[in-house]
Amino acid sequence: MIHDFGIVWNERGLLMSGLANTALLSVIAAVVSLLLGAALAPAMMSRRRAVAGAARAFVDAMRCVPFLLFAYIVYYGLPSLGINFDNWSAGLAALMLYNTAYMAEILRGAWAAMPREPIEAGTAFGFSGVRLFRRIILPGLVLSAGPVVGNQLIQIIKDSAFLTIIALPELTHAASSIQSRYYVPFAAFITAVALYWGLCLVVEGGVNVLRRLADARR
Amino acid sequence: MTPGDIAAFAQGAVVTVALSVAGILIGLPVGLGLALIRWGKVPVIGRLVALYVSILRATPLVTLLLLLFFALPNVGVPIDPYSAAILALSMNTSAFNCEIWRAALLAFPKDQLEAAMSVGMSAGLRFRRIVLPQIARASLPALVNEMSLLIKVTPVLAVVGVVDITRAAVRIGAETYEPLPPFLVAIALYAPIIFGLVSLQRFIERRHAAAEAA
Repeated sequence: MIHDFGIVWNERGLLMSGLANTALLSVIAAVVSLLLGAALAPAMMSRRRAVAGAARAFVDAMRCVPFLLFAYIVYYGLPSLGINFDNWSAGLAALMLYNTAYMAEILRGAWAAMPREPIEAGTAFGFSGVRLFRRIILPGLVLSAGPVVGNQLIQIIKDSAFLTIIALPELTHAASSIQSRYYVPFAAFITAVALYWGLCLVVEGGVNVLRRLADARR
Repeated sequence: MTPGDIAAFAQGAVVTVALSVAGILIGLPVGLGLALIRWGKVPVIGRLVALYVSILRATPLVTLLLLLFFALPNVGVPIDPYSAAILALSMNTSAFNCEIWRAALLAFPKDQLEAAMSVGMSAGLRFRRIVLPQIARASLPALVNEMSLLIKVTPVLAVVGVVDITRAAVRIGAETYEPLPPFLVAIALYAPIIFGLVSLQRFIERRHAAAEAA
């Protein structure tokens, strides 16, 4: 058993590049989908029925589709429509588009649950438009949506493991290739699990800092 | 699509639903058991459960599945793809269910337990008659949400050779060199199941809100 872990240790370069790919994919996907979600959330609350309906339909559709099938569609399906991707960009595009729906729903929920009083008080003190949003609405929104966005980041990290199926060299794929080369399944996959756990603990640590900030402000 | 393809999808759908139901039925009580161990502050075991939940919640289902499927035979426990799939699903969902049950237990009002004790109810009876009906109702929306998440990760079970909806779609796509149509059919099979659960969760939440407002 110790010997098996020795083999995994010798292949640490492969695992580390897998870990780096997983972290990079997840962070880029989270940031971009958060921004796209921030653009989509107001559309969901639009007074124009057609706009709100279309945004809501996109979000609900994404929430009913398993991520793996969505990734398959992006990777295998789009080339038959003439759009070609390598597996890295296909995986990243799938993660970003899929999570845009979830981020939009998170932001819409946080916005809808925000108390009206600070906004009214802000307006009474002469804040309006961008300044009202930046100084009054945004800080509250970040603090209340932050923990949920953190949870979604953990979800993205775990979803990125599915991309091993389209041969994207992320952490699970690295563990898989070590296991198939040396036949050390336990050592290879338990190391991958430990690394995923570490990654999620880092995210949870960040969320806790945010939560303490939110409590201090209350 | 040939009649054979339609039969393959139908068979795959039965497998997907059967595995999901098995995972849910095992994961619910196991999660409750784990939550009770943590709630009761059982020394050492309580700590181990907390560790188990923390690790399992961070582990992608694919990684867990590959670990179980390849490593268990290595230590002398032979396992077929279907058992590995059910084991992985129930381990994964039990960790999330544990947190849901535990949140309901922590929010449970203590005075009710004290009242039950004062009329001489035993611990088992207190749990069955007083605690369980109330925490089950409080946890229901979150549990249904977890069920929809579980079904959303089942396509990955095809990786170890489970012949489910996804496997059927991959095979048909490889045979016809047109992957898009079979994957769209697969999505059309999954979406109504997940949508049903999401709607059920919204319905329960609305009813709770209405009951509380009344």
